[in-house]
Amino acid sequence: MTKEELIIKLKAIVKPYIQDEEAFKNLTEETDFINDLKINSANLVDVILDVEDEFNIEIDNDSMEKMLSVKAAMQIIEEKLSA
Amino acid sequence: MDKKNIIQYLPYSKPFLFVDELLEVSENGVSGTYTFSESEFFYKGHFKENPITPGVILTETMAQIGLVCLGIYLLKEDILSEKKPQIALTSNQIDFFLPVYPNEKVRVVSEKEYFRFNKLKCAVKMYNTKDELVCRGTISGMMIAK
Repeated sequence: MTKEELIIKLKAIVKPYIQDEEAFKNLTEETDFINDLKINSANLVDVILDVEDEFNIEIDNDSMEKMLSVKAAMQIIEEKLSA
Repeated sequence: MDKKNIIQYLPYSKPFLFVDELLEVSENGVSGTYTFSESEFFYKGHFKENPITPGVILTETMAQIGLVCLGIYLLKEDILSEKKPQIALTSNQIDFFLPVYPNEKVRVVSEKEYFRFNKLKCAVKMYNTKDELVCRGTISGMMIAK
């Protein structure tokens, strides 16, 4: 999977939970889930559960705590997929 | 942590405590009851001279029994070490089928869908004393012991 494909998949996953439409439209690797997209903590859990389903991986507590931006999410997904 | 203990750890008091008794509690779910006394504060205004339990109060009752009591049970080890449960309702979707009048006793039955990363999501149902379904839906909240 290329980085672009991964971002497209992530974008589809976070879409139902975002508050800031403008930040979502301009989403890049640097976008922060909480500060930029204004996703609340409960919905951040939904994002992680949806990531698990989409990529068929398991996210542990340590990874979850790091998964606060698009970039961090991509790193964790890539790590788990290659493990 | 037994059923009585759980109620003692609830962060509510009258007139906003809607749990009388827990019937069962396990890792997978909880059931409990509450009787709406005719002197509840909201009957005076809901509705004028026609007291019916508000849907938001039924939702609150489902959340207190179905989510908060279960959450306290699931967090028992943290809570017993002198930490207090911190809770926040994050979403609910409830369908209502029957009215609940003053002096009615209701039973709430909750099944855990998941408890991960401090988010507890449950499928919750409420029944009246005739075992008729009053309302049902899903409720989620964040639960942390701090």
